[in-house]
Amino acid sequence: MALLEVRDLSVVFRRKGEEPTIAVDGISFDVEPGQTVGLVGESGCGKSVTSLAIMGLLPSRGVDVSGSVSFEGTELLHLSQRRLDERRGRDLGMVFQDPLSSLNPVVPIGVQIAEVLQRHRELSRKQARSEAAELLNRVGIPDPARRLDEYPHQLSGGMRQRALIAIALACRPRLLIADEPTTALDVTIQAQILNLLTELVADTDTALIMITHDLGVVAGLCDEVNVMYGGRIVERAERHALFTAPRHPYTNGLLESIPRLDAPRGERLVPIRGSVVDNIPWADGCAFAPRCPNAIEPCWSVTPALVADDGRMLRCHNPVEVPVTAGEGVR
Amino acid sequence: MLRYTIRRVLQLALVVLVLSVLLFAWLRALPGGPVSALLGDRGTAESRAQLREALGLDDPIFVQYFAFLGRALTGDFGTSTGVSPGKPAMELFLERFPATIELSIAAIVIALIGAIPLGYLAARRRGGWFDNASVVGSMIGISIPIFFLAFLLKYLLAIKLGWLPTGGRQSAGLDATRVTGFFVLDGLLTREWDASLDALRHLLLPALALSSIPFAVIFRITRASVLDVMDEDYVRTARSKGLAKRIVRDRHILRNAMLPVVTTVGLQTGALLSGAVLTETVFSWQGVGQALAVGFERKDFPVLQVVIIAAAMAYVLVNLIVDLSYAAIDPRIRTAGKVG
Amino acid sequence: MTSSRAAKIDRLAATAAHKPTAEGEPQAGGNGPKSDAGVSLAASAWRRLRRNPMFLSGAVIIGLFLLLALLAPFIAPHDPGLRLLQDQVVQARNQLPPPQPGHPMGGDQYGRDFFSRMLLGSQQTLMVAVLATVIGLGGGLVLGTLAGAFGGWVDTVVMRIVDVLLSIPSLLLAVSIGAMFAQQSQFTVIIAVAIVQIPIFARLLRGTMLGVRESDHVLAARALGVKRRAIVFRHILPNSLGPVIVQSTLVLAIAILDAAALSFLGLGAADDSTPEWGQMLGNAQDFFDSQPHLAFWPAACIIAVALGFTLVGESMREALDPRQRR
Repeated sequence: MALLEVRDLSVVFRRKGEEPTIAVDGISFDVEPGQTVGLVGESGCGKSVTSLAIMGLLPSRGVDVSGSVSFEGTELLHLSQRRLDERRGRDLGMVFQDPLSSLNPVVPIGVQIAEVLQRHRELSRKQARSEAAELLNRVGIPDPARRLDEYPHQLSGGMRQRALIAIALACRPRLLIADEPTTALDVTIQAQILNLLTELVADTDTALIMITHDLGVVAGLCDEVNVMYGGRIVERAERHALFTAPRHPYTNGLLESIPRLDAPRGERLVPIRGSVVDNIPWADGCAFAPRCPNAIEPCWSVTPALVADDGRMLRCHNPVEVPVTAGEGVR
Repeated sequence: MLRYTIRRVLQLALVVLVLSVLLFAWLRALPGGPVSALLGDRGTAESRAQLREALGLDDPIFVQYFAFLGRALTGDFGTSTGVSPGKPAMELFLERFPATIELSIAAIVIALIGAIPLGYLAARRRGGWFDNASVVGSMIGISIPIFFLAFLLKYLLAIKLGWLPTGGRQSAGLDATRVTGFFVLDGLLTREWDASLDALRHLLLPALALSSIPFAVIFRITRASVLDVMDEDYVRTARSKGLAKRIVRDRHILRNAMLPVVTTVGLQTGALLSGAVLTETVFSWQGVGQALAVGFERKDFPVLQVVIIAAAMAYVLVNLIVDLSYAAIDPRIRTAGKVG
Repeated sequence: MTSSRAAKIDRLAATAAHKPTAEGEPQAGGNGPKSDAGVSLAASAWRRLRRNPMFLSGAVIIGLFLLLALLAPFIAPHDPGLRLLQDQVVQARNQLPPPQPGHPMGGDQYGRDFFSRMLLGSQQTLMVAVLATVIGLGGGLVLGTLAGAFGGWVDTVVMRIVDVLLSIPSLLLAVSIGAMFAQQSQFTVIIAVAIVQIPIFARLLRGTMLGVRESDHVLAARALGVKRRAIVFRHILPNSLGPVIVQSTLVLAIAILDAAALSFLGLGAADDSTPEWGQMLGNAQDFFDSQPHLAFWPAACIIAVALGFTLVGESMREALDPRQRR
């Protein structure tokens, strides 16, 4: 049995006097123990909402969550607040995008780490504090004993993200969700944080869901990748297969719009034309059709299904042909 | 932090200086000029000439101003002409000041105790009937003329039902020892419990009336602030840790949401002092506010002068204290100098 | 040449240092909209307002009272100054004319028809509020524009005075201004209430103007070499008006309450032949035991009008505040 089974998860935002917005539209995926799974897509594709739905962090009012999220056999979506709080922070951890706003500005770092230990591991305040220092040390923050009493604004961006990671991993959760953990950081820090995450996850055999818009992050990290578009998964493949032979035109477009060092001088980048606002509803065909270079007649009328295709899952009427020279110039 | 304190104290000095200029100009603008303003109707030709001499009204205006400033700095604002004729205005003020402070503190305490929990609850139930009702209630609260509210409370609870005294600070015939001028505190200090209780009974209604505006304002600020904070990422982080509800509320929501409330309390000083004029008048509370109301009616300008300058200074001082304590609460300001 | 440049830089630096709302803004201050997108902001604010029950009920209340004030002379059954029921007043026993046919609210202590006085009182009360607000706004507009547009020492001097005036509790300031008039009248009340509002408007306007001044489109206009006067009047001022309009609405409510409080303290017309609610409320308290309705009606009307303006003002503020969008 998989560690996490997401089945038919849908999230609909309802606002008074407005059309309901379908943010996540029936997605399913599994995460095996220790596995790293990527959730990739542009902003607005529903990847962050998916993670918040798994963690039960969406507001209860104005949001409909349906489907099933089963963690070690427990259905998370129907769990009472109390039962859910027993598992969050202990079995499930989450690292957020903006480390500054995700840390409480008026509470010392040490307390913010220790409180999760006190809650789930029933440590005394003193034990929790020394354990917190140990954790800070493990995430590579120098002079941890002093840092415990500092406030988030006194740390650098990279250190704040390290502290957030320390919080998320404090109780050695079985699953860690990282929502764009490097987006708000400097490029040089990004690699450090990714390395740290990879290391810690491998050390503790924690499964990781990596949510990102950056295929570079995925390439370095993930075992399996789900590409999302318009609230649905459009392609799922093992990392190597996805990068060498993207089949969905959207995945292909994402890869082609990345600048490559080995490209000949003067070669132009190929951006994906249009933007998310051009989407058509899935019910009318393929949401990506208006932006798709491969769009054919059925794309505008028949909703494509997610079907198995040569070891991967694909939702496309007219996929990109497998290039003959696949494998060359892999990033 | 030290530099911040020094800067704020210098600002305070500047405010007092500008205020003295305004006050000096004001005295000159009063009908009949400063002499009749300060002496009132009782001035004889002789005393007028004397005062004219003393004020140096024939000197150049700058000399007059510095003379005025010198007198003000020594606490000499003239002699009361209407409220308590013959008594130095400063002395009168000092006598009555504790009464107003006692009343204001009681009012702000009532407001804080009531409004913060209400504001939190309303925010948690945003858009629900409790939220809507309390928001509309707070708007009605600030729309009631405070003197009418005071009158209504007095009429219903004191005159009709007789539960509480109708006015004054203590019952006639009660022989209480005075230490600080704060009657409730005095009773506690001297262990005259009955005096404390009596003072408390007198205090309740005026404090309730006076608390209406701060109550409404603090409620709304708390509600808005809690709403803001609840949407913050760090509250989401706290929830992702599975923390107990109480800790999320106290440590993560309220501790942040209280910051704007602290500032508001300082800014309410002005409203409290304005309200005190009306409340004290309705309840014959022998405080500074009532002195101002009576002083205005009887054209007692020396008293008005002291009350105005003291009120402005109290306002600035309270806000200075509030800002400094704010800095102590908010680590982002407290440690601002230490970031490397 | 160089000195004017230096002055320009100093000015820029000064505004950066006093970014608006650095310290406790008086009331509406702080979260005025950063009206970079003035038009669309106003349009979307209006769309939200039209559906807001708070705004609508406030507007209905104000509309009703305005209508009442306009029609009062035509629907008032009697002359409010005539002592029609004087024979029913018994001073010694505190006895006043009770409600009776032709006089639905009875008479006041001089035997004048209370219903007619209530109707005509709406005119006086609303006029005091509107005039006080307009004068306060005008004064604040001049001071705030001076300070906000020129910065430098003008700004410093104006804002120091404004800060000191703000530190005097409003009622005390109003009373001390009232004291400067030898003859008390309704005009005294208007001036006193208006002057109290001037520093609030000035500070608010300056704060928003500084914010707008640093906004991208003004910087762009400046970079293009547009003249200072043109920048102030065409770019900065129009974009700073949102919070001022909101504040004016709230001040209308405050003015009504302050005017009532001042009448209660004895500031205002000694002659009460022209009815005014605040004064009527103050007088009626002496007869509350026997004729509570005499206090009830003016109090209810004052509360209703003040509430109407507050509802409209607060919902406008909420609609203009980008953070409040849900």
